[in-house]
Amino acid sequence: MRVIRYEEIVEKVATMCQEANFELGEDMMNAFHQALKTEKSETGKEIISQLIENAEIAAREYMPMCQDTGTAVFIVEIGQDCHIAGGSLTDAINEGVRKGYQDGYLRSSVVRDPIGRKNTGDNTPAIVHLEFTEGDRLKLKMTAKGGGAENMSGLKMLKPSDGVDGIKAYILDVVRAAGPNACPPLVVGVGIGGNFERCAYLAKKSLFRPVGKRHADPDIASLEIELMEEINKLGIGPQGMGGTTTALDVKIEVEACHIAALPVAVNLNCHANRHKEVVL
Amino acid sequence: MAKKLKLPLDKQAIQDLRAGDRVLLSGTVYTARDAAHQRLYELIQEGKPLPFPIENQVIYYVGPTPAKPGQVIGSAGPTTSSRMDKYTPTLLEMGLKGMIGKGYRSEEVKKAIVEHEAVYFAAVGGAAALISKAIRSVEVIAFHDLGTEAIHKLEVENFPAIVIHDVYGGDFYEEGVRAFQQ
Repeated sequence: MRVIRYEEIVEKVATMCQEANFELGEDMMNAFHQALKTEKSETGKEIISQLIENAEIAAREYMPMCQDTGTAVFIVEIGQDCHIAGGSLTDAINEGVRKGYQDGYLRSSVVRDPIGRKNTGDNTPAIVHLEFTEGDRLKLKMTAKGGGAENMSGLKMLKPSDGVDGIKAYILDVVRAAGPNACPPLVVGVGIGGNFERCAYLAKKSLFRPVGKRHADPDIASLEIELMEEINKLGIGPQGMGGTTTALDVKIEVEACHIAALPVAVNLNCHANRHKEVVL
Repeated sequence: MAKKLKLPLDKQAIQDLRAGDRVLLSGTVYTARDAAHQRLYELIQEGKPLPFPIENQVIYYVGPTPAKPGQVIGSAGPTTSSRMDKYTPTLLEMGLKGMIGKGYRSEEVKKAIVEHEAVYFAAVGGAAALISKAIRSVEVIAFHDLGTEAIHKLEVENFPAIVIHDVYGGDFYEEGVRAFQQ
């Protein structure tokens, strides 16, 4: 049994929250530069240039690339031979988020309850998903998920007879309806299968895969590529002002489901596609 | 080329704008997002005065990050405008002339923009660090308890934006997408 100290998790989480918000990943920067070459709209090109300049300023000056510094969402892979000493894992993550957001001058974007809507003041609670694995490692994967794109996401329980055409049509519907609101260029996360709640989780989880990296299953990989082409034909473009770059990538995760079901979830990510990962 | 515009906007300047124009705004803007709009709306319903003179002014939908020591303001990009749609026609009726945000507006808002001769600008969502460089000064003037959602009076210089809805009913989201739809 390996022991991981509570304080170590707090420190790691605090750092991840700040780095996620200040430094856009290399995968996204490459995708921006690629899009700048292929985008056909002049306004679209100007917008992509602004996004590159914005990311450079944020990294250089250690300031958030977007004022919406997001809800802190974690996928934690915890080895069954790993023991957290000194407090609960959830408390450690929340303390790390509190510290990271406050010390990093990041915005508090969480309200205590959805009806009263009083800000918690420290961006907690985080949303934490646990996955158990073999071994004694603790892997923390974090995203600072912005509200604008999250608001335009959707889930639909399709019929098995709707098939792959129904799946594609629904994904295109969600992206079309989101238009400028989700801050394109987007990274589109898709969950297919599981059940109602599992499907939404799969869509979120798919977004943790780096941009440009295809699914290991060649059939799913080709569906990702096909959907990206279809989405980019919608004409929405950067910031919804028209263009050929609506999505920088499409990610799909699939899982077993009930014989009566075909759940599909689409979790949109804006271009501030902020992900960090550490292994303890 | 971007057009340079002084704020507050006069009637002629507004009439000269067309959907799709790139502009650089200089002058005063007031920030307000969800919670501040709800409070402004409540004040109007109660017949009470607003905390700033809304006539001819421009509202920016933003909730900035806290300023680090030495910064004027933190990152300050636009938030999604449609959440303010419920309140906007009333504000336009009271003389509001411009809004800066991002994303679609409702049919009611689009109609009110034409009727009251106003303009809706989009700033680039997510370009918040870049946009913060155009903000020269900040003063919280109302609803301090709302934190990032309080009303801030900003002085901006060459703030980059794009005209989405003009006084002639032009809609750059519609026009832009139509040009590239396959």
